[in-house]
Amino acid sequence: MTKYIIRRLLQTIPVLIGVTILVFSLMHLVPGDAAKIIAGEGASDQTVENIRERLGLNDPLYVQYGTFVGNAVQGDLGSSIRSGRPVMDEIGARFWVTFELAFYSTIVAVFLGLIAGIISAVRHYTLTDVTVMIIALFGLSMPNFWFGLLLIQWFAIGNWMPESLEFLKMRPSGWGDDWRQVVLPVLTLGTGGAAIIARMTRSSMLEVIGQDYIRTARAKGLTERIVVYRHALKNALIPVVTVVGLEFGGFLGGAVLTETIFAINGMGRLTIDAIRTRDFPMVQGTVLVISVLFVVVNLLVDVSYRYLNKRIDLN
Amino acid sequence: MSEETVNHPVTAKKVNPQLESFKQFWRRLAKNRAALIGGIMILFFVIMAFLGPWIISTFTDWEPNKTSVANKLQGPSAEHWFGTDSFGRDIFTRIVFGMKLTLYVGFLSVFVGGIVGVILGIVSGYYGGKVDTIIMRLMDVLLAFPGILLALAIVAVLGGSLTNVIIAVGIFSVPAFARIVRGSTLSVKKLEYIDAVRALGASDFRIIFKHILPNVMSPIIVQASLRIATAILTGAGLAFLGLGAQPPAPEWGAMLNEGRQYMYEAGHVALFPGLMIVVVVLAFNIFGDGVRDALDPKMKK
Amino acid sequence: MISKDNVLEVRNLQTSFSTDKGEVRAVDGVSFDVPKGKTIGIVGESGSGKSITSLSILRLLAENGKIKGGEIRYKGEDLTKVSEKRMRELRGNEISMIFQEPMTSLNPVYTVGQQISEALISHQGMNKKQAMVRSVELLKLVGIPSPEKRVKAYPFELSGGMRQRVMIAMSLACDPEILIADEPTTALDVTIQAQILELIKDLQERLGMSVIFITHDLGVVAETCDYVAVMYAGQVVEYSDIRTLFKQPKHPYSIGLLNSLPRHDIDQEKLMPIKGNVPSPHEMPTGCRFAPRCPAATDLCRAKMPELMTDDSGNQIRCWIYSDEWPGEKEVNVYGETRIAKG
Repeated sequence: MTKYIIRRLLQTIPVLIGVTILVFSLMHLVPGDAAKIIAGEGASDQTVENIRERLGLNDPLYVQYGTFVGNAVQGDLGSSIRSGRPVMDEIGARFWVTFELAFYSTIVAVFLGLIAGIISAVRHYTLTDVTVMIIALFGLSMPNFWFGLLLIQWFAIGNWMPESLEFLKMRPSGWGDDWRQVVLPVLTLGTGGAAIIARMTRSSMLEVIGQDYIRTARAKGLTERIVVYRHALKNALIPVVTVVGLEFGGFLGGAVLTETIFAINGMGRLTIDAIRTRDFPMVQGTVLVISVLFVVVNLLVDVSYRYLNKRIDLN
Repeated sequence: MSEETVNHPVTAKKVNPQLESFKQFWRRLAKNRAALIGGIMILFFVIMAFLGPWIISTFTDWEPNKTSVANKLQGPSAEHWFGTDSFGRDIFTRIVFGMKLTLYVGFLSVFVGGIVGVILGIVSGYYGGKVDTIIMRLMDVLLAFPGILLALAIVAVLGGSLTNVIIAVGIFSVPAFARIVRGSTLSVKKLEYIDAVRALGASDFRIIFKHILPNVMSPIIVQASLRIATAILTGAGLAFLGLGAQPPAPEWGAMLNEGRQYMYEAGHVALFPGLMIVVVVLAFNIFGDGVRDALDPKMKK
Repeated sequence: MISKDNVLEVRNLQTSFSTDKGEVRAVDGVSFDVPKGKTIGIVGESGSGKSITSLSILRLLAENGKIKGGEIRYKGEDLTKVSEKRMRELRGNEISMIFQEPMTSLNPVYTVGQQISEALISHQGMNKKQAMVRSVELLKLVGIPSPEKRVKAYPFELSGGMRQRVMIAMSLACDPEILIADEPTTALDVTIQAQILELIKDLQERLGMSVIFITHDLGVVAETCDYVAVMYAGQVVEYSDIRTLFKQPKHPYSIGLLNSLPRHDIDQEKLMPIKGNVPSPHEMPTGCRFAPRCPAATDLCRAKMPELMTDDSGNQIRCWIYSDEWPGEKEVNVYGETRIAKG
């Protein structure tokens, strides 16, 4: 196990190097002169030159990359062009907002997805199963930003839980004081994930229910409930773990859209605003932070999957 | 079914034990109700994308960008089936004209990403070794950007436009293809008949094109269908953020973004474009699911 | 029957599966008795319906399988008719079963002890602690070394033979009346096979239970069974005590089966395989199912299916040769052996 963790950690290093190269290149892949674009039209040559100097664009590429990584490791991602504040500070203020959004959405997705998937599997090929699976297929096919808008509309028209519509009040450094303000964004982000988990859980359960050891459990005279929930579910959940990890990462990225709709001051909105204003250091910063976080989550998921699967794998 | 074909002894001639004829493939596909329904829906959308605008321009005087301030934000009616938007444009007309854009993003990006991904996957799986390691690590890097983030970063660099969205979503699709094709290539490469073909003096190029590629075709089709669904969602998402097709193009994601401001007084403006995205994406998902079930011998009863 | 003291009587059992190609009758007219404290073997080729028969007794058929007719009488109760709840009370408690694949028949995520305990907890009302103590005893009973340690092991930590011992321990947990062993040694190494057979035989004698032994291996039958039911294409074609079957098999299929077996007790010129193939369940012959392969088949055999007939000694046979209606010669030559026809 320790060996596996070490090997997996070593594998992560080239990926992280790749990620930093890619993020670093963002500024250099811009068609035309990044400094000119940042300065905006009609800027004087002096301004452009200042920007170029500030971003170190005059240095050779490898020096620039070295500086970029060196600074990034020390937590310095440069300064925002627009606000002039350090990118890391701006991200730090918003990081937990997005993290929590993704985290709660994962919980909702796992909760809804597992229930739906188990019901579907237990009652497979019945009307209930077909209905649940059609709903899941819709959930999978729905743009979550559209679903978010619909939710706002429904809650507003029905006047349900008025607090849930006061998401604008959420503090930039974290969620609002009222949990109800979290409901809509979390539902918006979590539904698509729930659909994926439901489908995954169902097929995994069906596969497990066909296994020999389930027949053994039945031959022992156990009730169907115990057979399904004790013997089948535990085995079926192992592959679902992987999806849950991926979901969490996907939510970090998907937060961009949700945060836009609900005017949440998270990293997603920070990214979008930075892209719109061509604040490249900021774009680099948010993209780097989110993807590094994603790589770490994947690492944790792989290790836990390996741990859970240990007993089966060594057959 | 596949069992029969698999069990055939490998004859001296280059008989591929896993490959079934296209006829058999179609027969199995046609038997799968999901694949059939999804396929018909997709076909309908493609026809709509090509003929729809022509029908509307020929038989009505609606145009996608004809504004009429007097008629703005009207609800659905006999005259405006899906109502009008904030400029008084007919939403139905815009949706019909926008179908082409949606399918463009879906098909083109997956086509581009698919070709690159398939080539990388085959090369990786066929040659193995260092090439494999490098390509797969590269794919890992691309996969390290969760969800829409990679496409977003690419659009951030290239600027917002329909073409750039297609490029971005295409790059975003590459790793999925590469991984799946690599896996299939590895398993096909292990088959004895590939050794036989090589012993007969076939070149790598020929082996890849004549023997490996046809074998990995079915996972590619499944992946393509499911990826198109994702691509359309991603493309619409980028447009919704204002980073895709620029106004006044009748791109559905962009229309949704416009409609957003009138959520309360005229919900239909955002409702219909969103609904259309759901239906089209659903068609590709159903089709992909169906093809996968039809091709998966495990699903056989 | 020789013994009136039967714990289980199967009468004309019929089990079908619904498939894409329509309904398949996998078991069609199976009858046999299980006398108390005896071992009965069910022998047949793969696809003869012997495993389906055993699964039918416990009603553990796959979802598309269904018992269509006949009776399974266990101590006077017809198992085809009792409630699912009653069935659960019997499973693993009075009738238990071990399966062919020890590698996949144990749940990978629970320890051996947990899996043995389950039956004890649900059928005998033990608490976890008591059940664990009993599990250790059971592991000792089936000859697992250092059972106190193994009780905490996960299946992956055990070899195939050990796992099958665990399966046996599990099935014996509640002192069952009947143990059904479905090809329990097929997946094991030859040396381990003998050990497991010896273990089952030994336990059967010590615990006085009845055993239904499903196998395709006549050698195994000779070693372990008191009675044998020979199955062919979903039917019992011959049911008799072990001596009769090996000394004087009656059904041409049984004769053929024994002829194809290498034997040490008599001189054999050569082994003679049975020509032809088992009929597909989709295209069953109208008459005797063995008729297409039978060297003695007549027009009657091909036209009409014989009933399962009981002879004076209580043995049963499904063949026209031994009926009054037999149209052929008095002396019938089957695979080089002569049988005297009735009538």
